[in-house]
Amino acid sequence: MAKDLVRTPLFELHLKHGAKMVPFAGFEMPVQYPQGVLKEHLHTRQKAGLFDVSHMGQVILRAKGYTQLAEEFEKLLPMEVKSLKEGRQRYGFFTNDKGGIKDDIMFANRGDHIFVVVNAACIEQDFSHMRENLSQNIQVKLLKNRALLALQGPRAEKVLAEHHPAVRDMAFMDVETLPIAGAECWVSRAGYTGEDGFEISVPEAAATSLANSLLEHEDVEFIGLGARDSLRLEAGLCLYGHDINEDTSPIEAGLTWAIQSRRRVEAGFPGATRIQEEITSGPVKRRVGILPEGRAPVREGCKIYASKTAEDAIGAVTSGGFGPTLNTPVSMGYVRTPFAANDTALFAEVRGKRLPVKVVKLPFTGPNFKR
Amino acid sequence: MKFTEEHEWLRMEDSVVIVGITEHASTQLGDIVFVELPEEGQTLSKDDEAAVIESVKAASDILCPIDGEVVEVNQAIVDEPAKVNEDPLGAGWFFKIAPSDISQMDDYMDENTYNKLIS
Repeated sequence: MAKDLVRTPLFELHLKHGAKMVPFAGFEMPVQYPQGVLKEHLHTRQKAGLFDVSHMGQVILRAKGYTQLAEEFEKLLPMEVKSLKEGRQRYGFFTNDKGGIKDDIMFANRGDHIFVVVNAACIEQDFSHMRENLSQNIQVKLLKNRALLALQGPRAEKVLAEHHPAVRDMAFMDVETLPIAGAECWVSRAGYTGEDGFEISVPEAAATSLANSLLEHEDVEFIGLGARDSLRLEAGLCLYGHDINEDTSPIEAGLTWAIQSRRRVEAGFPGATRIQEEITSGPVKRRVGILPEGRAPVREGCKIYASKTAEDAIGAVTSGGFGPTLNTPVSMGYVRTPFAANDTALFAEVRGKRLPVKVVKLPFTGPNFKR
Repeated sequence: MKFTEEHEWLRMEDSVVIVGITEHASTQLGDIVFVELPEEGQTLSKDDEAAVIESVKAASDILCPIDGEVVEVNQAIVDEPAKVNEDPLGAGWFFKIAPSDISQMDDYMDENTYNKLIS
């Protein structure tokens, strides 16, 4: 394995649990544990899965007051930041001048600062983007000394409440600082699986003991990136660099819901022209769920056709695999708008064969959030 | 039983060769979720693509290890691909082939040699 891969604070613990480690976005990460992707996936849907997501970037933006911070941050993204209440977080994305997506993120109003979580592969790019495009009045700090754990699944609340009862009262997308396992943890009620659950930012030094104490619970198992991918795919959630990228607009991606109404009208973010235009007139292609009728998985890159014999593709799969919860293959991808209606019968080309698929509403499962 | 470098096994039984994938292969692939088998009656040459398996991670081709005619396929693993993980050397067999040149079996490894390869 390449020497320059970064190891998370939980590296030794993954090895102890028999993880198969793989390179991912410059990090050495657990893709699966001995029970395997299928069982890990189902365990998360039924009980609670613990994920090491320390590869994700944790950034703090700080200024004199939240209003100034929010005004500046709104220049980088089409989300409502100003009216976000303290202790609440929001899904968002940085847009580029063409109206494409630079990265998708979570950001929280933490009173005197904004806490941002970005994708591992985009850390350096996002950091430079924020540093260069926010004024010098804003401090941009990439945290290097905190791990990030996710505890996901229907038993997550019960398990975490044994460490701090206050988590029971948190609603979906609430963020709080809580002492857990003897450390100052930043807990948010969110995740990337379609299940109820929490993400916990924990000081590096306390990460292993926190993970160990969560794993002691009979309902909790370590879950690797393999199952994280199939869980988010079933939940209809985008994977940056696959389902969304610098060319896809948020409207095409079906993420219009994440652009709050004031921003749609007032604009003032990169790529607003295309985004406003697509909100009004509709995009040329749309991200949709694609359900193969047979048992063969239809994976990323497979082309989509309107018929068995049509020459030109009308779309392509951007994520696809097997959905253990549904026990069928599941995919998502982009098709030209006239083919994007639910129940449209289409064909996906797999190994030279055109297999019947159907456009379906996303998500495939859930969500099971605590609102 | 003989083993190929592609992690398949071959077993001669009543002048027919049964083909499957090894325990090592099934472990490496992870949970198998899809199997596509050749047609019965199909004539295959050595190294032809005979079957496709897909695990939760990826798709892999199964190459035909020997020239001959497919005489039987294991529909049970198409209906329930997990059988390949559960019993790769037994109930998880793939297809049976009537070999046209049985001497091709000699090209392959015995169990000891194969075990060294994967250790």
